[in-house]
Amino acid sequence: MADPMRVRASEVNGLVDVKVLMKHDMETGQRKDAAGKVIPAWFITNLVAKVGAKEVFKAQFGTAISKDPFLNFKIKGPKKGDEITITWFDSKGETRTDRALIA
Amino acid sequence: ANEWEKQAFEGKSLDDVVKALGGGGTEKSSGVNLTAPDIAENGAVVPIVIATTLKASQMAIIVEKNPTALSGIFYFPEGAEPFVSTRVKMAQTSNVYALVKADQKWYIASKEVKVTLGGCGG
Repeated sequence: MADPMRVRASEVNGLVDVKVLMKHDMETGQRKDAAGKVIPAWFITNLVAKVGAKEVFKAQFGTAISKDPFLNFKIKGPKKGDEITITWFDSKGETRTDRALIA
Repeated sequence: ANEWEKQAFEGKSLDDVVKALGGGGTEKSSGVNLTAPDIAENGAVVPIVIATTLKASQMAIIVEKNPTALSGIFYFPEGAEPFVSTRVKMAQTSNVYALVKADQKWYIASKEVKVTLGGCGG
């Protein structure tokens, strides 16, 4: 099971600022181990943010997104107390979902 | 449910990526604001911010001299603010491009980021 994300969401004047810190090695497939063998690529490919059933933000990542990806985006509409759900999917088919209440 | 723009992510240049994303070309725009450092001491973690005054449906970050150019694509459904901030890896000093799709067209801004320690090999 993948490690949890840190998700923070705060609403000011109708704008919800969402910050997500994922825990993932984001292996590029370019690195080699001590024995000189290529470490295969393994990285988050997709991320979806939802409030209720509504998708509010989406992203696709390549290998060049930094290890332990950080993402900050802003949405309009949701209110304090609403729950935001963040889900990522990686290139090995693993997935992780975390939630936060909008403060 | 999880589309991944494989062809775009495998593109080696700005042109490859734009073509794969269905754009006919790009147009420079002062409405695209790219914030990136002048010098990145650690190419493994380079902060990038894109904001725009355009009515954006998508954004993309491209690092010209990385082994593959496209770092990420960001989608803004109706109601989302066209803003994204993240961190990317840079193999070496390169132009960074911020792409913003608005009205079916790709608008672009660029900035050179000098990298003193590359972040892709290791």
